[in-house]
Amino acid sequence: MPELAGKIFRINGPVVEIEDISSIRMFDMVKVGEQALIGEVVKLSEGRAFIQVYEDTTSLKAGDPVYTEGVALYVELGPGLLANIYDGIQRPLEEIQKKEGFFIRRGISVPALDRNKKWDFHPLSQQGQQIKEGQIIGEINETLLIKHKIMIPPGINGTLKWIIPEGNYSIDEKIAIVEQNNSETEIFMYQRWPVRKRRPYKEKIPVREPLITGQRVIDTLFPVAKGGCVAVPGPFGAGKTVVQHQLAKWSNAEIVIFIGCGERGNEMTDVLLSFPKLIDPHTKRPLLERTVLIANTSNMPVAAREASIYTGITIAEYYRDMGYNVALMADSTSRWAEALRELSGRLEEMPLEEGFPAYLSARLAEFYERAGKVNTLSGNTGSVSVVASVSPPGGDFSEPVTSHTKRFIRCFWALDKDLAYSRHFPSISWIDSYSEYVDDLKEWWHQNIDHSWFELRGVIMDLLGREQRLLQVVKLVGPDVLPQSQKLILEICSIFKNAFLQQSAFDETDEFSSARKQFLMLKSIIYFYRKCEDIIKKGISIEDVRNLPVYQDIIRMRSRYSEDNLSELENLTNKIDQDIKNWELK
Amino acid sequence: MKEYKLREYVGLDEVHGPLIIIRNVHNVGYNEMVEVVDEQENVRLGMILEAGKGYAVVQVLGGTTGLSLNNSRIRFTEKPLLIGVSEEMLGRVFNGLGQPMDSLPAISYEDQLDVNGMAINPTARVYPKNNIETGISSIDIMNTLVRGQKLPIFSGSGLPHDMVAAQITRQARVKGESFCIIFAAMGVKYDTARFFIDSFEQSGVLERVAIFLSLADSPSIERILTPRMALTLAEHLAFKKNIHVLVIMTDMSNYCEALRELSSVRGEIPARKGYPGYLYSDLASLYERAGLIKDINGSITQIPILTMANDDITHPIPDLTGYITEGQIVQDRELNGKGIYPPIAVLPSLSRLMKDNIGKNKTREDHPSVASQLFASYARVKDVRALASIIGEEDLSEVDQMYLKFGDLFEQRFLKQDYYERRTFQEGLDLGWDILSILPQDELIRMKEEELKKYYKKNTAK
Repeated sequence: MPELAGKIFRINGPVVEIEDISSIRMFDMVKVGEQALIGEVVKLSEGRAFIQVYEDTTSLKAGDPVYTEGVALYVELGPGLLANIYDGIQRPLEEIQKKEGFFIRRGISVPALDRNKKWDFHPLSQQGQQIKEGQIIGEINETLLIKHKIMIPPGINGTLKWIIPEGNYSIDEKIAIVEQNNSETEIFMYQRWPVRKRRPYKEKIPVREPLITGQRVIDTLFPVAKGGCVAVPGPFGAGKTVVQHQLAKWSNAEIVIFIGCGERGNEMTDVLLSFPKLIDPHTKRPLLERTVLIANTSNMPVAAREASIYTGITIAEYYRDMGYNVALMADSTSRWAEALRELSGRLEEMPLEEGFPAYLSARLAEFYERAGKVNTLSGNTGSVSVVASVSPPGGDFSEPVTSHTKRFIRCFWALDKDLAYSRHFPSISWIDSYSEYVDDLKEWWHQNIDHSWFELRGVIMDLLGREQRLLQVVKLVGPDVLPQSQKLILEICSIFKNAFLQQSAFDETDEFSSARKQFLMLKSIIYFYRKCEDIIKKGISIEDVRNLPVYQDIIRMRSRYSEDNLSELENLTNKIDQDIKNWELK
Repeated sequence: MKEYKLREYVGLDEVHGPLIIIRNVHNVGYNEMVEVVDEQENVRLGMILEAGKGYAVVQVLGGTTGLSLNNSRIRFTEKPLLIGVSEEMLGRVFNGLGQPMDSLPAISYEDQLDVNGMAINPTARVYPKNNIETGISSIDIMNTLVRGQKLPIFSGSGLPHDMVAAQITRQARVKGESFCIIFAAMGVKYDTARFFIDSFEQSGVLERVAIFLSLADSPSIERILTPRMALTLAEHLAFKKNIHVLVIMTDMSNYCEALRELSSVRGEIPARKGYPGYLYSDLASLYERAGLIKDINGSITQIPILTMANDDITHPIPDLTGYITEGQIVQDRELNGKGIYPPIAVLPSLSRLMKDNIGKNKTREDHPSVASQLFASYARVKDVRALASIIGEEDLSEVDQMYLKFGDLFEQRFLKQDYYERRTFQEGLDLGWDILSILPQDELIRMKEEELKKYYKKNTAK
């Protein structure tokens, strides 16, 4: 039951100072003022507590009461999370709209999970069984796509004294009792977990499997593993959000958590409206059935923006614990860092670079370390991959958020303004980006797709590097002075950029490429390069290369060959041979 | 005029720039409105910036000139800052605090609203889906404006951003539907405001325009309120009265400077270039008040205008704006120097909502490809020009020479248009094809094959 925690002493934006405090602890959740605005204790000093309030503090007065429930800020984890949209502190936005209308009023209290909805519970354990924390005792079809596993909350071990039979229950109904040292614990279909604490697992394990995103520049050049961390930095207009959306749509993770952290309202609306219509290429079900959305748009309270990242990753860990591969998209972590900076300023802490607090890098590290692939307590394996966009001011990658983030991620997709200006999308720069996962994922590609993947990837990376140096020369003296063999490199790289690296998010054939298609496209281009290299020695000019009929096939292959007729794409090498033979005969 | 029962305190404890500190006051609500009365009985509005036990910090919106410690009084309204709103406000001129400046009859207000508004629930929004034909090809074809969008104009001093905004307003009228314009001027000169008023008058829409003027000579702190006043009225008209509202705000740079000034007197820790760390959130609280809401026929479209210091797009104001708005229209000094009006630099310009609002059933099926191809080809022109300046035009390859010609035609025929010229989507797209057709077909790889068959004409542009 809520008890009086203290009285307001001072209000300064989202930070409220309270005095006459009773026994409250750091990070306890409190309710401030008559409207019961939700807040969190962030600093205790000289008999006063500093509260970070998650809602607008207008009209609060000195002397107003503050209540505490004695628990840390938590989220509710259970069936009903999927296909839902929450704000930064897990209040369901659709429910709020039903209750309050188009605008978000303050002090609304709506439970995160629907208490009335009945779920079809299917028990998987028997009475009398010894059970351990994290063990799966039953399951529910949360959506047609995802089975929701009901787990024993961490910290509970003992004998299953009773379990409810199969049937329809709401989440408030007790479904099991665990007896532990002569005391009984009731188990429900949902559990609470403090957002700032990572959920336990047995052990972390190495990442070996790629997160296939269907985006060629990513999967082929800069792949990310299931359980990996990626940063996507770029100036405004470079296409961060489109990259995030494409990943949320097409990646082969089983669960997607999408956090709109301090971004545009219309973008979240776009996701909300388009995801129910989009069909997952892997499971043929609407994408929304595997997605949890967290929307704390830029005009929503700044403190809740700070919390939204933790809310998101806690939900991600919960599905990981069931044994799923979860991908978390956070757009954008810079807005989160700015929220941190604003709150730190209000707490009158000593600022460091650009006004950011000293603990910025520690917080980033903590967040990224919650990603990874693990053996769960229940003995499954699951993973959380994090794709975090970064919005560096002025597109300057040396600013604190980007440079600190770089220390904790292993994959970096740098978005380039010039590529975006010429509408080359995704505008991921092949010069500034990197992925440390290539070696870890080599085996997977070799076993599942083709043994020459690593070698061919190496060839194209080398060509792109050489092109870069040649372009320096061209800039000074023009392309005409280059020998034919070097002109060929420029030509092949141009083909690669247009036909492979560019990918339209708005073309049905092109928006998603399977690993197989990507490999075949890469192989065709390299094959063409090698063949041309040979005949260039026999005197073919670049003009003639462009006039080979197969040239048009290659340059348009991304939209010409759909996933259903990959055999035609496979045939491209024969076509290349044929055309070159014809040329030689001439 | 205002009739509520107010608590009144006599005497101030500190006056410091636009801030007042008073002690020994109780029951003061954070962010609420106060009235400050000086010796001459002039009333100024103020807001509670910080409320504590037994003290309050007040930000005075009318400036603190003439306030004394002993003889000033302060009244607490116990309400957040409210503005009266009414459809009658169209056709009227207000000062930066929303008080009428013309000598017309008093307005009967339909409602009193909190100027800070409330965040629209993302689930209640409708994704903008009706494009607006502005008649300017560089916007329509390459950076389409959509109803409910927030699309700023990034400009520099001396560039014709006011003309472009005025041309858009004049040409973008949607016939048959109820529309209005709200114009908020922050810290601009009287001439600029006059230009807009004349332009509204000329196109016969002045009756449908509400004008908020906080000109360069009014206290800078007032500017923090002006856009909020304008947007609160916009929300009332759009979401209660089902009117399509276009809000023009100029100049956002002056707004941000007022914010910086206030932040500095409050002794806050500055982030970049002295601007406060919450500049992003603050700007978002304005820009995000655009859009559409489910089941409501009205809409708010915003065209904020901002001048970039030194034409620097990485300066915090354009930078943060670009991260919030749904694209930007960037003006270019070089084009302006060549005599090209509107001098819109299409490459750094962007409309994020364009993708879903062009093409088949919206404008024309080839629109996405034409736009993409124009971007790609014009980007190439920039490279070729750089090369030509080193090795000379004669030494360029044949294709590159074609690009140079394409670039000139693109600027002189496609970008350039008269202040009174209104091109339809159709005309703009045809013009695009005419110009693209001077490039060989093989170069047009962003085009679909069937589109090339249908529209590609050889050498129609001379």
